[in-house]
Amino acid sequence: MMTTDLASPLDVAAIRRDFPILSGATRLIYLDSAATSQKPRPVIERLARYYETQNANVHRGVYRLAEEATAAYEEARATLARFIGARPEETIFVRNATEGINLVANTWGAANIGEGDVIVLTEMEHHSNLIPWQLLAERTGAQLRYIGLTPDGRLQPDALEEILAGGRVKLVATTYVSNVLGTVNPIADMSRAAHAAGARILVDAAQAAPHFPLDVRRLDVDFLALTGHKMLGPMGIGVLYGRQEILDAMPPFLGGGEMIRRVGREHSTWNDLPWKFEAGTPNVEGAVGLAEAVRYLESVGLEAIAAHDRRLAAYALSRLREIPGLIAYGPEERGALVAFTLPDIHPHDLASLLDERDIAVRAGHHCAQVLHERLDVPATTRASFYLYNDERDVDTLVQGIGHAREVME
Amino acid sequence: MSTLYTEIIQDAYKHPAHRGDLPDHSHSFEDENPLCGDVLRMELQVDGDRVRSARFSGRGCAISQASAELLLDRVEGRAVADALALEKDDVLEELGIPEISPARLKCALLALKVLKGALYGLKA
Repeated sequence: MMTTDLASPLDVAAIRRDFPILSGATRLIYLDSAATSQKPRPVIERLARYYETQNANVHRGVYRLAEEATAAYEEARATLARFIGARPEETIFVRNATEGINLVANTWGAANIGEGDVIVLTEMEHHSNLIPWQLLAERTGAQLRYIGLTPDGRLQPDALEEILAGGRVKLVATTYVSNVLGTVNPIADMSRAAHAAGARILVDAAQAAPHFPLDVRRLDVDFLALTGHKMLGPMGIGVLYGRQEILDAMPPFLGGGEMIRRVGREHSTWNDLPWKFEAGTPNVEGAVGLAEAVRYLESVGLEAIAAHDRRLAAYALSRLREIPGLIAYGPEERGALVAFTLPDIHPHDLASLLDERDIAVRAGHHCAQVLHERLDVPATTRASFYLYNDERDVDTLVQGIGHAREVME
Repeated sequence: MSTLYTEIIQDAYKHPAHRGDLPDHSHSFEDENPLCGDVLRMELQVDGDRVRSARFSGRGCAISQASAELLLDRVEGRAVADALALEKDDVLEELGIPEISPARLKCALLALKVLKGALYGLKA
């Protein structure tokens, strides 16, 4: 067994006590945070407090309760904007990263991408950052080009430049962190290259925002989407960042209340940013809950979480590699997850056998079928970690795999 | 010890008697479970109203492959009508598990789907 010389920068035992679902009589080994994170008590309590004391529709009423709900919603926006280094006007609340990407594809994409134009994707995209562009390409006659991968699961170093040199690239759409390989992509470099070629860049930050500090100005990206439920927030709330001048020029997405300025019988005018993109009653509960999650993450410290994640991923990788025949996919330097296969146990069987020991892992293609085709496996088992996991969880996983092998041998 | 992976399932998965193909089959069908990448093909030789012989091939989890083995063991040599009458509960009974999670039920029922597909159009 490998021993680590550095102690975790986090007090994991104390953090676990903040998560009711992890504080039961039986220790839940939750290794599926890349799918969704568990929720700390302050977030859960914030949702109840909103409905118990602040609930009213936002941006409507003149009574004090409505003003309080509106203030809570807009404060939540300001918190998220600060969290990603954006202005509130550029911080649009959406349901999740998927909806944010679809918003861009259906508005900016439909207005700016035409027949023969090129959309650059990577082979490690989650379907959320792949299908919206396929649909757009089918509609407009645009072409999709993929940045290939190195054998250890990083983007081919010169592939983006080569595709950009071919011309007609309108958009580079890439994930920040792969949800299967754990690869952390060089977003700032990719932005520079895309902009030098006159293209825009959209970043799927669903697996990045929970784990390390983000700054859309420093990365110099045009669009960035994140989802709240992977970063301790509620389900059904996420954020789309868009550069202000681009958002200003974009047509609206969904039509309805709130997104309008003046409505006529034939034509209407649109509200200011960000409300132009928020038709209908928003998820106020989700927004205030997500802001509370951000405060929790910041109280622990994003840098400390990042250091903890790196350490735990390295430990998991080394322990899993001790298992004969196990193949772990992805590079050494990685986010907080490891996807792997065993020669003799199907991922679904492994996940079921681990579940019998209260170990929750994900098995399947993790919404990344193009990547799994590239890896030439139909499915993998993925263990993903977060601030409430520690070495003991990894050790229990390794024991669980040993047990599964005994059963299936 | 495992509550899901019973002796029956493990034995059917590890030592399938019906894995292979039938070059002179009269009926065949193939399907997959895209969620987990399980692929299953069945080849049947139907002679009158009887399933004379039956084989399966493919890859996938133990539940999907064991279900195929157990179902083909049950229908081989029996009346086509018996095979057509098989239902979800029969599969679970063969597997020896009264309960299974919805996600794994799809694995368990792939074999039934493929068997029904192969026999599609035949009269009971």
